[in-house]
Amino acid sequence: MNAALQSHTASDRSNAQQANQPTAEALLQVQGVSLEYRTPERVVRATHQVSFEIDPADRFVLLGPSGCGKSTLLKAVAGFIQPSEGQIRLAGQRVKEPGPDRIVVFQEFDQLPPWKTVIQNVMFPLLASRTLKRREAEERARHYLEKVGLSAFADAYPHTLSGGMKARVAIARALAMQPKILLMDEPFAALDALTRRKMQEELLELWEEVRFTLLFVTHSIEEALVVGNRILLLSPHPGRVRAEINSHQYNLKSLGGVEFQASAQRIHRLLFDEGEAPAVEPDLRFQDVRIAY
Amino acid sequence: MLANPSVIHRKGVGPDAFASKPAPTGCVDLRDIPMSLSPPIREEYEVALEPFTQEDLARDIPLAHRIWQVSWVRKAVILVALAIIWEIAARIQGNDLLLPSFLQTAQAFIDGIATGELPAKVWISLTVLVKGYLIGIVLAFGLTTLAVSTQLGRDLLGTLTAMFNPLPAIALLPLSLLWFGLGENSLIFVLVHSVLWALALNTYAGFLGVSETQRMAGRNYGLKGLRFVWYILIPAALPSILAGLKIGWAFAWRTLIAAELVFGASSGKGGLGWYIFQNRNELYTDKVFAGLAAVIIIGLLVENLLFSNVERLTVKRWGMQR
Repeated sequence: MNAALQSHTASDRSNAQQANQPTAEALLQVQGVSLEYRTPERVVRATHQVSFEIDPADRFVLLGPSGCGKSTLLKAVAGFIQPSEGQIRLAGQRVKEPGPDRIVVFQEFDQLPPWKTVIQNVMFPLLASRTLKRREAEERARHYLEKVGLSAFADAYPHTLSGGMKARVAIARALAMQPKILLMDEPFAALDALTRRKMQEELLELWEEVRFTLLFVTHSIEEALVVGNRILLLSPHPGRVRAEINSHQYNLKSLGGVEFQASAQRIHRLLFDEGEAPAVEPDLRFQDVRIAY
Repeated sequence: MLANPSVIHRKGVGPDAFASKPAPTGCVDLRDIPMSLSPPIREEYEVALEPFTQEDLARDIPLAHRIWQVSWVRKAVILVALAIIWEIAARIQGNDLLLPSFLQTAQAFIDGIATGELPAKVWISLTVLVKGYLIGIVLAFGLTTLAVSTQLGRDLLGTLTAMFNPLPAIALLPLSLLWFGLGENSLIFVLVHSVLWALALNTYAGFLGVSETQRMAGRNYGLKGLRFVWYILIPAALPSILAGLKIGWAFAWRTLIAAELVFGASSGKGGLGWYIFQNRNELYTDKVFAGLAAVIIIGLLVENLLFSNVERLTVKRWGMQR
C-alpha cells in the first residue's frame, strides 16, 4: 500500500507540473503569489510563492493547518489583499480590487446584513453592483432561494434564521450573482456537525445543477476530500504548496471507505510532515484521524 | 514524538490521563479508584413515540401578566405615582408660590393650551430646535464620513471632538450673540454645537464597530465611497447612530431652553424658556411649572413616540438591539 501511495504521489506531481504551464483554459491563475501582513513591529509572510490554477467548474480546495495562509490567499483572490510578489489572474484579467465577479461566502454569520430580509440580502449584491434592475434581481433572487430551499423564508430577517439557513442564504446570494468564481472561506466551520454534513451535501447537489467554479478553504481533511475535486495542500508558516491531490472520486458516500481513509491519512502525513507513512495501527479508525485537526 | 501522533492522542484520553491530573478538592479523588474500574453495561432500549397530546404545546399567559408586559402601561403607572406624590407633597407644604400642586399645574397647563399661548411658545422653540438639530446632523455625518475615508479626517474629528465636546454649548452663546446678533441664528449656532459633537462621536464609534466581514462583503459587491457609507456603514452602525441622535436631541433641547432662559428676552419673540422665565418674574409659579411640564412632555413624546418607534421599526426588528 505504501508503494502504491508513493507512485500515486509521483504521478500527481507530474500532473501538477503540466497544469502549472499557463494554459488558455485555466479560469484562475495564481502565479508565484507571496502574501504579507503587517503588525506594528514586523512584516509577516503568510504565503510564499504559491502557484495553482483553477479550471472552469473546478471545486478547488485550499487545505492546510491553521497559519498556512489559506484564508489570506482566498482574500487575495477576492482582491482584499495585494500580493507582495507574483500575480493573480481571473479569466486573463489581473485581480486588482474586490469585485462582484468573485463573490465570497464567509464563515461568520454576520455576513448577511441584518437590516435586510432574506430576499433583500440575495438581491443586495445584484443591485449594489448594478448588475440587474430591481425587478429582474428579485426574480433571480427568488429562483436561487428556491434552489437552496428557502422560498418560505424570503421575508424573514436573518436573525430569525438558524446557522444552516444563514449559510444557505449566503450561498444563494453568491450564486445569484453568477460570479466567475465562488470563493468560500470555511463557510461551514461555524455550523454543528450534522448541519455541516447536510450543507456539504447540498453544496454538491447545487454544483451538479449549476456547475459553478468554486475555491473552497477548509482545515478539515474530510471536508476537503468530500467537497473538492482537487486539493491544494499548504504547509504552515509560511504557506507553501506541499502537494496537489485529486479527490474527484470521493463524495459523502465514500466517508469511511478504505480508499477514502488512505487518502485522508496521506494528506495528514503530507500536512504534518511525518516523513514515511506511519505503520498503520490495526485499530486506527477514521475518527482518530479527525482528532488531529 | 511527532512521528506517531495517535499515541499522543491515546495518552490524552486513556485512563492514565485521569491518574496524572490533580483531583479537585472536595471531589472524589480519582486516584483512589482502581484503574481497572469500568462502568456496568446496561440494557439498551427504544421507545416508540406516540403523537404528543398530553398537554398543549403553547399556553396562554394570564391577561394581567400580558397587560403588565406592555411598557407604556408600566410607565403610565410610574407617572401616576409621581403625580400623586407631588400632589401630597404640595398639600403638606401648602405654599402655592413655592410649590403649586399637581392639579393647579395641570389647570395652568390646560389654560395655557386653551389660550394658545403655550402651543405658540412650544412652536417657536421647536422650529428653532429642529433647524439646529438638522444642521447638526448633516455636519456630523459629513465629518464622520470624512473621518472614515481619510486619515486626516480621522485626526480632524478626533481633535475637534476632544476640544469642543466638553465645552458647554451655552458658554458659546455670548460669542454667538456677538457674531450672529440677537435672534434665531445665534440660537441655531449653539444648537448645532450641542448636537454635532455628541452625534459625531457616537456615529464614528458605530462606524468603527462595523464588523470586518460586513465591510468585506460590501466591498466585494463593488461598493465604494459614499455608497459604501450609505449601504453598509450607516445601517450597520444604526444602533450607535440612534443613541447619538437621542443624546443630541436631549443636549439640543436642554441648550435651547437654557439659552432662552438667559437670553431669550432679548431675541424679541421668546419660546418656552422665555415663557418660564417671564412667569417666574411675575410669580406665576403654576405657569412656571406648566412650562416645565411642557418641556418634559415634549421630551417624553419624542423619546416614546419618535425614537422608540424608529428603534422598533429598525434595529429591534433587525435583531441588532434587544
